[in-house]
Amino acid sequence: MKKLIALLLAALMVVGLFAACTDTGTESTDPAENGTPTGTEGEGTEDEGTEAPAAGGGSVYYLNFKPEQDEDWQNLAKVYTDLTGVEVTVLTAAAGTYEETLMAEMAKSEAPTLFQVNGPVGLANWKDYCLDLSGSALYGELTSDDFALTEDGAVYGIAYVIETYGIIYNKALLEQAGYTEADITDFDSLKAVVEDITARSEELGFAAFTSAGMDGSSDWRFKTHLANLPIYYEYEAEGVHAEAIHGTYLDNYRAIWDLYINNATCSPAELSAKTGDDAVSEFVNGQAVFYQNGTWAYNDVSSLGDENLGMLPIYIGVDGEENQGLCTGSENYWCVNKDASEEDIQATLDFLYWVVTSKEGTAALADEMGFVIPFKAAKETSNPLVAISEQYIADGKKSVDWCFPTMPSEEWKNGVGSALTAYAANQNDDTWAAVVTAFVDGWATEYQLANG
Amino acid sequence: MVKRRTVADWIWTVMLSLLCLVWVYPVVMILLNALKVETAITTGGAFQLPTLETFAGLDNFVNAIQAKGFLDAFATSLVITITSVALILVCCSMCAWFITRVNNRLSKLCYFLFVFSMVVPFQMLMFTLAATADRLKLNTPWNICIIYLGFGAGLAVFMFAGFMKSIPIEVEEAAMIDGCNPLQTFFRIDLPVLKPTLISVGILETMWVWNDYLLPYLVLDRKKYTTVPILIQYFKGSFGKVEMGPTMACIILTVLPIIVLYLFCQKHIIKGVVAGAVKG
Amino acid sequence: MAKIIRKWWPVFLLPTLVAFIIGFVIPFCQGLYLSFCKFTTINKAEWVGISNYLKAFQDTQFRSAFVFTAAFTVVSTVLINVCAFVVALTLTRRIRGTNLFRTVFFMPNLIGGIVLGFIWNILINCVLSLLGKPLLALNTTAGFWGLIILMCWQQIGYMMIIYIAGLQSIPGELIEAARIDGASARQILFRVKIPNVMPSITICLFLTLTNSFKLFDQNLALTGGDPNHATEMLAMNIYQTFYARSGPNWKGIGQAKAVLFCIMVIAISLIQLRATRSKEVQQ
Repeated sequence: MKKLIALLLAALMVVGLFAACTDTGTESTDPAENGTPTGTEGEGTEDEGTEAPAAGGGSVYYLNFKPEQDEDWQNLAKVYTDLTGVEVTVLTAAAGTYEETLMAEMAKSEAPTLFQVNGPVGLANWKDYCLDLSGSALYGELTSDDFALTEDGAVYGIAYVIETYGIIYNKALLEQAGYTEADITDFDSLKAVVEDITARSEELGFAAFTSAGMDGSSDWRFKTHLANLPIYYEYEAEGVHAEAIHGTYLDNYRAIWDLYINNATCSPAELSAKTGDDAVSEFVNGQAVFYQNGTWAYNDVSSLGDENLGMLPIYIGVDGEENQGLCTGSENYWCVNKDASEEDIQATLDFLYWVVTSKEGTAALADEMGFVIPFKAAKETSNPLVAISEQYIADGKKSVDWCFPTMPSEEWKNGVGSALTAYAANQNDDTWAAVVTAFVDGWATEYQLANG
Repeated sequence: MVKRRTVADWIWTVMLSLLCLVWVYPVVMILLNALKVETAITTGGAFQLPTLETFAGLDNFVNAIQAKGFLDAFATSLVITITSVALILVCCSMCAWFITRVNNRLSKLCYFLFVFSMVVPFQMLMFTLAATADRLKLNTPWNICIIYLGFGAGLAVFMFAGFMKSIPIEVEEAAMIDGCNPLQTFFRIDLPVLKPTLISVGILETMWVWNDYLLPYLVLDRKKYTTVPILIQYFKGSFGKVEMGPTMACIILTVLPIIVLYLFCQKHIIKGVVAGAVKG
Repeated sequence: MAKIIRKWWPVFLLPTLVAFIIGFVIPFCQGLYLSFCKFTTINKAEWVGISNYLKAFQDTQFRSAFVFTAAFTVVSTVLINVCAFVVALTLTRRIRGTNLFRTVFFMPNLIGGIVLGFIWNILINCVLSLLGKPLLALNTTAGFWGLIILMCWQQIGYMMIIYIAGLQSIPGELIEAARIDGASARQILFRVKIPNVMPSITICLFLTLTNSFKLFDQNLALTGGDPNHATEMLAMNIYQTFYARSGPNWKGIGQAKAVLFCIMVIAISLIQLRATRSKEVQQ
């Protein structure tokens, strides 16, 4: 009897272990079987997407890029699930870890059905996983083909938010210093105003620029967004050449960077002891007039009052820049995972279509997330910075494109960022030469590594 | 033997007391900041004590528990730790008994592999282990313990085996002659003797599993489950985008149960560590 | 008896063995194989021979991570062991409050690496900010010493416990006899105490060496490798190569680095164990 019990126990343990392996073993072959048909049938099902939303049993798994909108996406997903019964899971990667999270999640059998790439460079790595969206209802809603990420006639990514950045300024402080926006029309006039404010900063009680914040929380404002301008002008002059940058306008980059760091709330040597938070609080507390950032930062600075916020183009001293507008573009493209099961792909496409067309979806995008979306049914956002940027376009100013999606890698940005920091602490030609090296040579090396 | 207290002893006492303050200060500092309002927690101001204006009471703690998913993460961590450690203790002690009592080629090979696995760094396996676990769907808090059993078997078997060798076989033989089967023999004769080792191994494995970050990060189904270390790292990664107050409160809530547990089972823990080290 | 037990192997051996095969043997073998392949997922691997290893050796970041790791390991091993031994010596003098001290010093050990890293990240950034020095994310020197301080804070208590156990196992008569023979405190320390705690020293050296060399969590949470990978240690470099680098080439290189890392850890363990064991025998 005792033996029997013991044997039973043993059998149970072993079976238990194996059961865990085998029953999942059969499951795991499912995605593999489904994997092949979806590739071919994918396009067929997309057309049906518009007619039959909430079709059979699929679910959506969205790997979200923007941590600041995590809660909004979670809520929107809940609304959709309540409406249709389709399960929508949103996972947000911690800031700066999107690529690694995506890499880890895509290797799993329950991979994200919806993810993001940042443009052509990001697409190069993930193209094999992207569904061609050219026949989808979502693509039909797009207002312009400029917002689609196309390659060889296939649409692999669709931008879902258009953003704008420039130099945000505090109108009241600028007036207090005796200037208005009209006084600043190019780099020279910007420089004159800034240096005048610095000269009188004791008496005025504020500085021209906020401290830079060169740690990971806001260094992208300079190593990516500011670096966009010399790249943009080089592309304008010589055509887009993402394989190697020449650095024609790097002297201008140096000029604007000098202006930023030598006229800030702290001395250049102390810059590296400041974070992005410090910069925000300096701006909000009226310690500085100028703060380079974009439409997405509205919530951070809204306490100054909408009527008090203005935005200036980032002038770097290039001929004809009087007509330059703000920097407008997108680096957030939706991609649908083509290796997901047919039902999941369908569910994902339905969900996206709902997000950009339904009242709830567009309202959430415009009001809660503060996005300008390039879709026909878009709701106007209440973000005043967006209104300012639209005014620039209405005035006939030429927007600066976002060229940083062509930057070869994150690695390159980091290299430029640390060279900039080193230069700020010790400004001379040698340390600037290191920035140029990181910029030009680093670009070539990283391009080789990524595409070689 | 009565020891006379010398001046040197007093100097040492004072120095060690100071060192103790240094040792607890980091945790105390986090605690003080967790009691402050958001605006008072800045890079430069973290050393300041909370004042009347900046004192936030327990708001941050409430916030951390309600809004930040702390309780879910805590529960997940708890489930993983308990199931894994229980499984490791039962399976590995039995396995070690078999290896020490049966002296054939299989058990020698196993023993060698177990010892070898102790040295191999996790980075060697992380990608393939994550893929294997995913294929077998060992990605929930309830069955990730199988992965932990596999990866943690080395240390546990090694420690158990070291102790088993010192248990006299004669008692077991007598029990078998009396009609006990091996399973009964093991549970009635060996397990009671093994209790101190079980505690030692249990403590070492608990410390490992509870604090482990990378394995659950890569293996666990992240859309549904988060562990405490993953949650904390998530906050850190989003510096400047999450509120620091609730984050600090989360840290305190993470550290506090460990410290309380430690104060209660201090003797066992310290013994366990010593035993583990001497065997290891 | 062994014969009967052997028949019961499915009960005793199998559960652990199956889990071990899933959790260690299969991933290990696959890992070895994949280090010679170009792959993004395990099923789509393409044999490329040793080119991954060549690329890993050429990778300057991998080499600088090795130098950083080596420097860190040496400094932290020495510091932790010396401090732990000194504290253990004083705590065995039977002074007042010994238990309290022991409790406090051991405490950080129970807190996980991620949480520790976060705590010290906040603390060190505060100090740096008050001093007007660059923050951790931009400061290689502070990153290095921050890691050392963090590891000391965490590990000294653990090693101290082991040393105390070693010191307490020295028979009192031995020290008494030496004292009667007129040995100075110094002589007692170097001639009696240290030789007798040699086994503890072996263990502590081994533990600190491998812990420091394999460090990941603390590294990730304290500095994250910033600035620009300058404080990145080997384990983290491998992780970054795997998961933070895009493109099909990197996974194979990452796996090759992992194999090299594994070999290094095994070699260190073997050399270290042999070296100290031989010293023990001489005593």
